[in-house]
Amino acid sequence: MTRWGVTWGAAAMVKHDFVYFFREGLKNMSSHRLMSFTAISMTVGCLLIMGTFTLVAVNAAMNLSTLSNSNEIVAYVNEDWTEQQGRALEEKLLAIPNITAARYITREEALNAYTERNPEEELFQDLDPGIFRDRYALTIENLEQITITVRRVEHTEGIAKVSYYEEMASGIVTVRNVAAIVSAALIGVLFVVSVFIISNTIRLATYDRREEIAIMKIVGATNAFIRWPFVYEGFLMGVIAAGVAFLLQWGLYAAVTGAIADNDTQRLFEILPFARIWLPVLGSFFGTGMLVGIGGSLTAIRRFLDV
Amino acid sequence: MFLFVIFSLPAGPVTRWGEHRLIRLKDVELEYENGTKAIQGITLSIEDGEFVFLVGPSGSGKSTIIKLLTGELLPTFGRVMINGFSIVNLKDRQIPFMRRTLGVVYQDFRLIEKKTVYDNLSFVMRAVGANPREIKDRIPRILRQLELEDKADCYPPELSGGEQQRVAVARALVNRPSTIIADEPTGNLDPDRSMDLMRLLIKVNQMGTTVLVVTHARELVNRFGKRVVTLDEGLVTHDAVGRYVGGRRYG
Repeated sequence: MTRWGVTWGAAAMVKHDFVYFFREGLKNMSSHRLMSFTAISMTVGCLLIMGTFTLVAVNAAMNLSTLSNSNEIVAYVNEDWTEQQGRALEEKLLAIPNITAARYITREEALNAYTERNPEEELFQDLDPGIFRDRYALTIENLEQITITVRRVEHTEGIAKVSYYEEMASGIVTVRNVAAIVSAALIGVLFVVSVFIISNTIRLATYDRREEIAIMKIVGATNAFIRWPFVYEGFLMGVIAAGVAFLLQWGLYAAVTGAIADNDTQRLFEILPFARIWLPVLGSFFGTGMLVGIGGSLTAIRRFLDV
Repeated sequence: MFLFVIFSLPAGPVTRWGEHRLIRLKDVELEYENGTKAIQGITLSIEDGEFVFLVGPSGSGKSTIIKLLTGELLPTFGRVMINGFSIVNLKDRQIPFMRRTLGVVYQDFRLIEKKTVYDNLSFVMRAVGANPREIKDRIPRILRQLELEDKADCYPPELSGGEQQRVAVARALVNRPSTIIADEPTGNLDPDRSMDLMRLLIKVNQMGTTVLVVTHARELVNRFGKRVVTLDEGLVTHDAVGRYVGGRRYG
């Protein structure tokens, strides 16, 4: 029993005073503006680098999958083989790993397809099918292993020659792999760097307010109560950085997309429109920003609160 | 000057085990890491509602006792009980709740200079989870009772030493502790202001709050005829009602 009706248990259940903590967090930020600005800018930079590499990797991966979906390699059958002999090759070709489909195309079909593709060229209209070869259109499953697959097809008896977009495929594979590795490594490193910078900024805030914190402790504030304003400060910095980084990433993406579209007249590359990826980009920026911010603040105040 | 009916706020404990509103030290010893023996076996009991002066020369262990009572230090031997909390067995997360039963006043006031008088009080109420209505209701009342109502919007550096110390007392009282601990509260005040502050603390005591005043001020101590506990070299050398009976260094 107590004289004024507050029990220990009730006192322990302190309501989360969102407005108060938020305002204190803002006050912390504005009390050392330059440092907060630096921390936010660095986090923006880190998010932008992470975002850019991830977007390059995502686009390369998408181009690879379109390429492997639409891409067929063409294997030409020996000229002196009959159609029957040529058709018999199908089983052998399908037995090669990484080949998912094989379509036999006769020289007449090939000629028709060719003249259809070039209807304006009168010169091509009365060509002799004899200048074409019977061929197979082979669908490749995994583009990364295209070189090995092609070599195997070439060594199949009855196949004279294979044509495929080797450079393009291997170029995109390289871009995707490099971007994936670099972005994975950067995400790790830059995450730690951002946490460190935000953490230092908040440590400065706790240092500014050490007297206040000492008084809070002596009047019986819980560690959670003391900690919250700093957590909000970190959270705010992370969120602001995420917002700014998102806008910059958007601008950067639009500029790069525009530049590629201007130069890539053959439409070799397909680029994901920002409208289709803005939500995941926004989500991951905010997610990372918040994690970095809260992580930074918790790192900063962990040691500080020893009673 | 503060003799009017103050503190309609009843003082009360917020303790876990109910009505154990007293301070008890049993065979307490404390040795600092550097080997200094600050407390060499003190047994002391302060009952609910008492007013006690704790006196003694520098290095006699007065400050160490305050730190033991606020949970900043743990004894190397013995037991310390305060308002139902055993300091030795206290878990870290319980320390804030023990401290809410105490109000502490320091020699250097320890006010936050960047906050107004009002905010200096409101933030300690917030810190223990008071709701905004309670804060709005209680702070003006306390400021009025301590004749500080026209200083609510001032910043501490704009106030005199006496006024700052009254704000510190207001802050110590605002969460209605059952014990007030004042560590050399008159150290920075002139004799008149010191006397005013002592009268204020006595008034607080008369309203039911236990008050422990650590001081050097012999004049003041002798004037009020309260219980005086004298420490010297980490031991209690006198414990009696009445006058400041100094150790040999005070002859």
